[in-house]
Amino acid sequence: MILQPDPTRDTLILNMGPQHPSTHGVLRVVLKLEGEYVLEAQPVIGYGHRMHEKMGEVRTFSGFYANVGRMDYGCALPFAHGHVLAVERLAGLVAPPRAEYLRVIATELNRVGSHLLWFGAFLLDMGAFTPILYAFDDREAQVDLLEHLTGNRFVHSYMRIGGVCRDADEPFLAGTRAFVQRMRSRFDTYHKLVTGNVIFRKRVEGVGVISRDMALKYGATGPVIRGSGVAYDIRRVEPYSVYPDFDFEIPTFAEGDCFARYRVRMAEMEQSLRIIEQALDRLPEGPVMAEKIPKKLKVGPGDTYQAVEGGRGMVGYYLVGDGSDQAYRLKIRSPCFSNLSLLNELCQGVLLADLVAIMGSLDLVIPEIDR
Amino acid sequence: MVLDALAAALEALAPQRLLRPDYPTRGVHLDVTVAPAQVRALATVAREHGFLLEDVTAVDAAPQLMVVYHFAHPEEACRLQGRTLVDREQPEVPTIRAIYPGADWHERETHDFYGVVFRDHPDLSPFILPEESAGLMPLRKGEKSLKALGAVVPEFAAPGDGPAPKPRPAKKDPAPAAEGDA
Repeated sequence: MILQPDPTRDTLILNMGPQHPSTHGVLRVVLKLEGEYVLEAQPVIGYGHRMHEKMGEVRTFSGFYANVGRMDYGCALPFAHGHVLAVERLAGLVAPPRAEYLRVIATELNRVGSHLLWFGAFLLDMGAFTPILYAFDDREAQVDLLEHLTGNRFVHSYMRIGGVCRDADEPFLAGTRAFVQRMRSRFDTYHKLVTGNVIFRKRVEGVGVISRDMALKYGATGPVIRGSGVAYDIRRVEPYSVYPDFDFEIPTFAEGDCFARYRVRMAEMEQSLRIIEQALDRLPEGPVMAEKIPKKLKVGPGDTYQAVEGGRGMVGYYLVGDGSDQAYRLKIRSPCFSNLSLLNELCQGVLLADLVAIMGSLDLVIPEIDR
Repeated sequence: MVLDALAAALEALAPQRLLRPDYPTRGVHLDVTVAPAQVRALATVAREHGFLLEDVTAVDAAPQLMVVYHFAHPEEACRLQGRTLVDREQPEVPTIRAIYPGADWHERETHDFYGVVFRDHPDLSPFILPEESAGLMPLRKGEKSLKALGAVVPEFAAPGDGPAPKPRPAKKDPAPAAEGDA
């Protein structure tokens, strides 16, 4: 049901998207405006839908490796991590410790890169051009590292059922240590350039307030719910992989506005660097693939659920196996789908310009919503 | 403990089945099967215990289609899986949109892909599918690929259903092998 103009009020129906720089992909938002104020904002999704869930049913488990990186292009590795963990869980396999450490190092590097991408794009949405140049300079170093490790710059297919596809070499490990030092020295610049900037603060403080209850009833996850004062992070609440080995904090801010979500992501980058550093220090020796994984891995019957913490929130795989080498059902729960679903309630009565800030603060990746 | 309180509250609903599965292999702490008419009561219990709704989806199987709900607690490790079985020809369950507004989109997606009708949902028009593909139900299984529910989810295997499905494999401990290689 697309919005209709209201004859009793001076309203305007405006399409934002599906081709619009602030929607970060092929997303359309139908707006009902009264002057500069938004009365309703109705997202229309599905323009880039590729039905990864069906591909999960007709491809073998290893044939699905290429798909997992193509949902959330900004932070591909958590999607891969969830997929291999779900299959391993149902098949009763465990990856060797070194592989699990490398998965975590790569995932956290990816998370830092994803937040840098968001940081630049978010400020660009609000008319600040300079920060993206700084962010992409740093992100380039991260992308180079993951390219060296995984072979891909963007849609990484690094994880394998039972391990990872290649071991880390000395240049990668040394480069990652250097990257951690480099990033740490950069936060001051970011905070001076952006966090304290009065124009930026006026655009984000008190704008788009998501209450704790609203976040819970819409199933918002990731930095969105943590910006509403709920410390829901799968890495801590429902630990998986080797995350229990590391000492890190879950940054939360109670205000629920765009600025709170901004601060959560900025603080999360520092925590990811802590995890990477600890993982590098403790990286065990050994193989990076479990032994005797059959080429034609048959899984099930049975069903299992695997949740992981992605760059934008909780990524869930509900896998039903039927004893063959393909899934009987593979449901992929993506965080932005739920995070975007609260947009209409959130945007009642806000200014059109604030809607852009709000959508930017949700950190949307549209192919991940559409799947 | 949220888990015990939730289990007690679910027990009070008199569900068709309430299990505490093995978390390391199943990934959920509680697995409850209710009649379609009880879905709202299930969602209400989850909401009252502070759970958030992660997703709503379905699994196509014979003779019945299974609608699945996943809830998680934001502070404690407690994941609840709710299931309900509906008729394949006329799949219908009540919407839980009034309890969890976040269910709105998940239910629309499930309607698109499986044709499940969420009763009292105000708008089940095509959501992800294009309008001309309404009623396509792309994730429904064809005749050849449709399997019995008991053959894919052993918890639903009837006792007289031929050979019992293999038990779930236990996780192998990788430590000895890893040491040998190092």
